[in-house]
Amino acid sequence: MNKLKSYAASKRGRDSLLSYGIVIIAYIAMQAVIAGGGLSSSLKGQLVPICAYIVMAVSLNLTVGILGELSLGHAGFMSVGAFTGIVVTTALADAIPSAPVRLAVAIAAGGVIAAIAGVIVGVPVLRLKGDYLAIVTLAFGEIIKNVVNVLYIGRDASGLHFSLLSQRFELAEGGKMIINGPMGVSGVQKISTFTSGVVLILVTLFVMLNLINSRTGRAIMSVRDNKIAADSIGISTTRYKLLAFVVSAAFAGMAGTLYGMNFSTVTAAKFDFNTSILVLVFVVLGGLGNIWGSIIAAALLTVLPELLRAVSDYRMLIYAILLIALMLFNNSGLKRRIIEKRGLRQMEKLEKADMAGKGGA
Amino acid sequence: MKKTLSMLLAGAMLATALAGCGNSGGETTPPADGGEAGGTSAAAFKLGGTGPLTGENAIYGQAAKHGAEIAVEEINAAGGDIQFELRYEDDESDAEKAVNAYNTLKDWGMQLSLGSVTSKPCEATSAETYSDRIFALTPSASSTATTEGKDNMFQMCFIDPAQGVMAADKIADKKLGTKIAIIYRNDDVYSSGIHDTFVTEAQSKGLEIVSDTTFTASSATDFNVQLADAKDKGADLVFLPIYYQPASLILSQAKEMNYTPKFFGVDGMDGILTLENFDTSLAEGVMLLTPFNASATDDKAAGFVSKYQEKFGETPNQFAADGYDCVYAYKQALEAAGATPDMSASDLCDKMIEQFTSITFDGLTGTGATWGTDGAVTKDPAVVEIKDGVYVTM
Repeated sequence: MNKLKSYAASKRGRDSLLSYGIVIIAYIAMQAVIAGGGLSSSLKGQLVPICAYIVMAVSLNLTVGILGELSLGHAGFMSVGAFTGIVVTTALADAIPSAPVRLAVAIAAGGVIAAIAGVIVGVPVLRLKGDYLAIVTLAFGEIIKNVVNVLYIGRDASGLHFSLLSQRFELAEGGKMIINGPMGVSGVQKISTFTSGVVLILVTLFVMLNLINSRTGRAIMSVRDNKIAADSIGISTTRYKLLAFVVSAAFAGMAGTLYGMNFSTVTAAKFDFNTSILVLVFVVLGGLGNIWGSIIAAALLTVLPELLRAVSDYRMLIYAILLIALMLFNNSGLKRRIIEKRGLRQMEKLEKADMAGKGGA
Repeated sequence: MKKTLSMLLAGAMLATALAGCGNSGGETTPPADGGEAGGTSAAAFKLGGTGPLTGENAIYGQAAKHGAEIAVEEINAAGGDIQFELRYEDDESDAEKAVNAYNTLKDWGMQLSLGSVTSKPCEATSAETYSDRIFALTPSASSTATTEGKDNMFQMCFIDPAQGVMAADKIADKKLGTKIAIIYRNDDVYSSGIHDTFVTEAQSKGLEIVSDTTFTASSATDFNVQLADAKDKGADLVFLPIYYQPASLILSQAKEMNYTPKFFGVDGMDGILTLENFDTSLAEGVMLLTPFNASATDDKAAGFVSKYQEKFGETPNQFAADGYDCVYAYKQALEAAGATPDMSASDLCDKMIEQFTSITFDGLTGTGATWGTDGAVTKDPAVVEIKDGVYVTM
């Protein structure tokens, strides 16, 4: 018990417990409201996208907050995951009849393919010093968009057919186009559920928090804080940078699969620069390196535009003003004072827990 | 200190903005629901639709919304058993936002849906209307996937492949050209959908396609390469299954290189004459397939155009006419079915499926329109030629 208390009183432990706590409590509360029939369909429809955006924000936080590199193409990995997921679920529709299992397989596949894309992007760039990652990820997002636009994938009794630029295969009777070039994907069977979204968030949190609070995580942060010092004590900076970036890409891919399987139609254009920036805004407003901050920021900023529908044309204006106000608050003395006070209280608590621990022993 | 000051200022800005919205919101919320049409007193059918009211495609969403508003206003002013309450929600032409907008409308209690204005969002909302059993009639979402496999989704506009077939038929029947060049946008559902069926139909009609070139959204500014290819291969007709903005550039660049073939467009070309800073003499002799002719002289169209101009200060395009027709088609079907506003959405859905597959509707965008069980409309499109800056039916 005392162990748990002192764990909860430490900054690390408090942040972890808070992250899990927010997600689990929100899930239970939502399930209760749904069971009571009190949830509007507007909010109900947003539950899965919110889960996907939370995973996106948490994973980007690893690159931007913990590793300290700027990535402007995070939506590109989401795109890879979404389209991989759609191909996998359609191809396995007969082999795996159970929808949750099929979704889990698709999410895993989306993560693996996005991780491979992450390696391809990361290997040449992460050796360099400077903002090159931002530039290359920006290009990567655009490239993925254009590649999917000329990609044709169809499925019939004899298996999957691929072609680029134009459709060079004929589908047998009963065949179906999965990705139809510029026409994108249509008629996807929606299998993402709120529960699967929450499970994915919890898995993401588990991996992220354990990574951050491990030897590897501290090595990654040392690369962020002082590359020369990290080099001097024998930390391979390229290796740790690549590791963090690829893990981040993999989870973005998983979020993409979850997102893609929630709508009956997906186009590559959805995962453009604007979506990357949107996720970056979640991370910055939630606080760099602050995981539970990302969770709250992603959920709030996804719901906010919908809540503002009541004021119709003014909603863009209010949304923008709220963003500015939040940014100012993030940098203000007010926030610093609040944090200092909280820090002081925590120190006291920690001391007390320490004393109690000693007294008990 | 400076920070505190800026925080205070931002807060004040927010407060005034909110206060401002509070006021105007109080005034405009009922009209946004279509209440301005005065239909709130009696029981009315709740009609909802989503479309891009903001963003780069706002021109289409606004037009469809305005057209539908005029129809609702007319119907409610005339009294009668069928009254409507209309509400449009913004979807920014994005599938995710469209589903959110649709869910907002569902919370409002929408009984009949106008689907979405653009194709991709409509594919997303049509999957929702299908599983919720709410009947939907879209003014302008024209891709095949919109209606595919959904018994309660109908279209007011032509389906993309149908336009390709009709364009090829018209060119062959009227002997407008023998050597055809095509310039189309290959990253666009609409353009490539029409292109693919046009090519198939043209071949079976014995038309020779000598040049088939493409562009994308990011390269839609210079068409010299495509035009030179068409010119070198001696094409006497250039088919443009694209929207009017790139088409206007093609026309001016063709003139610069002294290339004067016939140009043939589809309904996306509609609007070229109202484009700002466009020299309409360039469009002289251009032919296009369009369901709606704003310079038509019959009472119905002229009345609609003058009302639209008076209310919104611009000439309506085909999206506005489609929106207008949708509301009137609903009125006709509801009257024929003897439906009342207290019916549930799913009861109305069954009745509407029955009605729409049997009625014949005369609207602004074509007379004698009928619908098949697949939801696609059959009506005769007009081919117009631009002469002296106005459409002349050929």
